[in-house]
Amino acid sequence: MDNLFQRSLEDLIKGFRLQLLGDSSFISRALEEIRREIKATDLSTKSTALHKLSYLAAIHGVDMSWAAFHALEVVSSSRFHHKRIGYQAITQSFHDQTSVLLLITNQLRKDLNSVNEYEVSLALECLSRIGTRDLARDLSPEVFTLLGSSKSFVRKKATGVVLRVFDKYPDAVKVCFKRLVENLETSDPQILSAVVGVFCELASKDPTSCLPLAPEFFKILVDSRNNWVLIKLLKIFSKLASVEPRLGRKVAEPICEHMKRTVAKSLVFECVRTVVSSLSDHEAAVKLAVAKIREFLVEDDPNLKYLGLHALSIAAPKHLWAVLENKEAVVKALSDEDPNVKLEALHLLMAMVTEDNVSEISRILMNYALKSDPLFCNEIIISVLSVCSRNAYEIIVDFDWYVSLLGEMARIPHCQRGEEIEHQLIDIGMRVRDARPQLVRVSWALLIDPALLGNMFLHPILSAASWVSGEYVEFAKNPYELVEALVQPRTDLLPPYIRAIYIHSVFKVLVFCLRSYFSAQESSSGSSSTVYESILNLVNVIEIGVWPLSGAYDVEVQERAKNVLGFIGMAKQDIAKKVNLQDNEAEACRVTAFMEDAFSEELGPISANAREKVCVPDGLELEENLGDLEEICGKFLKPVESDSVSCTDKITFSVSNLRIRDQQEASSSTSLPPKESSSLLAEHRKRHGMYYLTSEKNDPDSNGTPNDYPPANDLASEILLDPLDPKRKAKHRKSRPVVVKLDEGGESRITTSQAKTKQESVTDDESLSRDIQSALLVNKKGKEREKCEGNSNLVVQEEETSRIEKPQNSEKKKKKKKNGERTSGKHRSRRRSEVASSSEQVEIPDLLL
Amino acid sequence: MGIRFILMVNKQGQTRLAQYYEWLTLEERRALEGEIVRKCLARNDQQIRFELMFEFLCSYAGVLAGWLALNEQCSFVEHRNYKIVYRRYASLFFMVGVDDDENELAILEFIHLLVETMDKHFGNVCELDIMFHLEKAHFMLEEMVMNGCIVETSKANILSPIQLMDKAH
Repeated sequence: MDNLFQRSLEDLIKGFRLQLLGDSSFISRALEEIRREIKATDLSTKSTALHKLSYLAAIHGVDMSWAAFHALEVVSSSRFHHKRIGYQAITQSFHDQTSVLLLITNQLRKDLNSVNEYEVSLALECLSRIGTRDLARDLSPEVFTLLGSSKSFVRKKATGVVLRVFDKYPDAVKVCFKRLVENLETSDPQILSAVVGVFCELASKDPTSCLPLAPEFFKILVDSRNNWVLIKLLKIFSKLASVEPRLGRKVAEPICEHMKRTVAKSLVFECVRTVVSSLSDHEAAVKLAVAKIREFLVEDDPNLKYLGLHALSIAAPKHLWAVLENKEAVVKALSDEDPNVKLEALHLLMAMVTEDNVSEISRILMNYALKSDPLFCNEIIISVLSVCSRNAYEIIVDFDWYVSLLGEMARIPHCQRGEEIEHQLIDIGMRVRDARPQLVRVSWALLIDPALLGNMFLHPILSAASWVSGEYVEFAKNPYELVEALVQPRTDLLPPYIRAIYIHSVFKVLVFCLRSYFSAQESSSGSSSTVYESILNLVNVIEIGVWPLSGAYDVEVQERAKNVLGFIGMAKQDIAKKVNLQDNEAEACRVTAFMEDAFSEELGPISANAREKVCVPDGLELEENLGDLEEICGKFLKPVESDSVSCTDKITFSVSNLRIRDQQEASSSTSLPPKESSSLLAEHRKRHGMYYLTSEKNDPDSNGTPNDYPPANDLASEILLDPLDPKRKAKHRKSRPVVVKLDEGGESRITTSQAKTKQESVTDDESLSRDIQSALLVNKKGKEREKCEGNSNLVVQEEETSRIEKPQNSEKKKKKKKNGERTSGKHRSRRRSEVASSSEQVEIPDLLL
Repeated sequence: MGIRFILMVNKQGQTRLAQYYEWLTLEERRALEGEIVRKCLARNDQQIRFELMFEFLCSYAGVLAGWLALNEQCSFVEHRNYKIVYRRYASLFFMVGVDDDENELAILEFIHLLVETMDKHFGNVCELDIMFHLEKAHFMLEEMVMNGCIVETSKANILSPIQLMDKAH
């Protein structure tokens, strides 16, 4: 009776489309309705409600996990229609954490054993989507039976499920594998397709275990005309051939046949890919593949172009000649409309780069970069940068050219790769002594370029330029111009940390000039007036330029500015006494000499592992967070800076305010010291937030700044370390203009996480492969005995013993696995090599015949 | 493992069908769909002409690996650790997320097969058909793909169970 007035799914959809209330209210009303209806005892009502709910969940993202039990009830109905709805709901919403998952086992079992093949297929499909370990374990006998069913429809579906079952419950392999292999020999194309698909996946996980089946695969490869099947087979063979090279020889011919004969592009592409990735030693096949790639490259269809380029990039490492042959096509592809195609072309070009053609290719690429959109432009820049800097600039012979290229890159309008260029400028400066003059020249050009000052992506480049000009000022032609560039008023646009670098570079230039002035004074009897004029001029310019910065808000800028000004103040007096500076007692002279000593010490590159080599001294505690800071530094944080309080302004300098507030608070609260120091800590945190490690709890004062900056490398560095001293690694290599190397190597850019995950998956698959191995052996027992009588008696005996041992060992192995992976791993690998060798010996007569 | 998910999205970005072959929570799904849809829709602002040429090979399963339509841009997008092969038919985008080692042209062919199958069943299929008969589309997909692998590629074989079920109902 309820059923008559119930809204069906169609009504719901129509209603949704016509409604004016608004989506969410409509949905919530519908949900209420569904909740009511679904509790009814009548299965039809329930199933309609469930149907509507699945729809809402699928399209509008409504949560339907609360209806899990109802879904089960619906599935238990005897009407096929209800079952279908129920299974659909289950497939959609069940997952590993669903609590009622246990209850479904029986229902699935009942349906799997049903006579009606469509019910069976429903159950199988459901199992394939939600199968868990328990379900797989409990239902593998049924799956096994179905694999041998007489109806091909059922067998096909069962084959589809097998993969999931194997995945979740590897022990099922022993049971089901034999049937699976039998299905491989079927002539029914439906089943064949499914079986080959399963093997494709198994082969990707563990090729060695599928190797014994190679003859069957070969037969299908030669006979089949079904392109889908062929594509999957090719994938299988590419995995197998990488494990067993002799297989490649055999398989190369049929693959070439297919390549020549077929019209289907997908098959051609798959053949090409297989040849190029796994059969790359067979010259004839590779040549044919490259010819096909060329055909792809000249097509208009961007899909084919992209795939051609992709295949070429797979071939590139071993067959560079193929890439070079198609160079024009690749360069043409750079100007294609499609971004994917452009990117592939770029990567290919980068693969072709050698010492000889690096300048030519960079020239071409820079032209493209100027013409392209920002995204591609930056891609070009970053790829050129990374290729040229690989292995400590291995392919660069002419560093002068490269440095000017870096400068040119900085001037490209869309360039956003400031940091990388900055890094390379400094890196080259440190490593390549001969390039320093050119470096200084280029830096000066960059410093005076107004466009760079306005572009915030390029500010890092400016910081590098200024650092370089300061550090290598001895190579500069005209320090005066340099200083002018460094103190220009437009540097206001730069962030404070870069301005600090500017000031410091000015300092270095000043020291250099003064030193040379003083030493010229000492060596010659008197000083010419022009020299005196110029040095005085220099000092004045610096003073005028730096004076405004002494009141800056940023601590570092202020400090450095004051340093410079103080130094100037002292030096000026001594310059004024121009004659008779023979006595080295002059303070300025001594200080200048001292400073220059400090600056003339060369900063070289440091290996990334250097810090690890410094052993932590005993008693030094490296805490996780700075919660204890207040205890240690509380008393140091108290003193007020009296001269630089600007109360109206930012938080950075309101320590005095804080004190007043603290005192007020202190008067009202009882716990005095902790509060004061904790608020001071908060204050300190605010000012130097970027140096703090991010803590778990959300700091309300932090303004989100800790997340913007990466954690600082050294928290409280007292040393007068240049802020841009990078710790980069280098490889041990030879040099042309001497490139400084370090003794240790170590390519640690590539993350080790990839390696780790690979390992993990390997250990999981090992158990699967072991089972497949054992299953195959048992399978082949009969065949082997017939085939090889002569020399394989030993082999057979070995296998016999191994087979006998197996049932006993299986439990032991299981236990071993739980206790310690290592020992069983060794055991396993040994066994596997035994097994592999024995199966190999059997294989040889087959393949070579 | 093969196919990770299949999506059908219309031009406004509304998902019309979503089939996932690995478990993702609701938020993850929505985020994924949002990202992918944005990427694919942004690439195709211009109109696409369609010219289909097919080459049939003799085969009892009726499989063809035809040569496909002319697009202005290529149909593959890289997204995180998998690829997305997509194609636009009228107002619907069909997107299939696959592993890196899958043959892209074969997947394009698969999408076409799916569309043809639906066309045959519904007769001149359009977006509304999919909206109103969502579960039929799901069944078709289930017949074709199991566990992320394509198991059935013959239209006749795919449609026969569905037609039977419809008749029985």
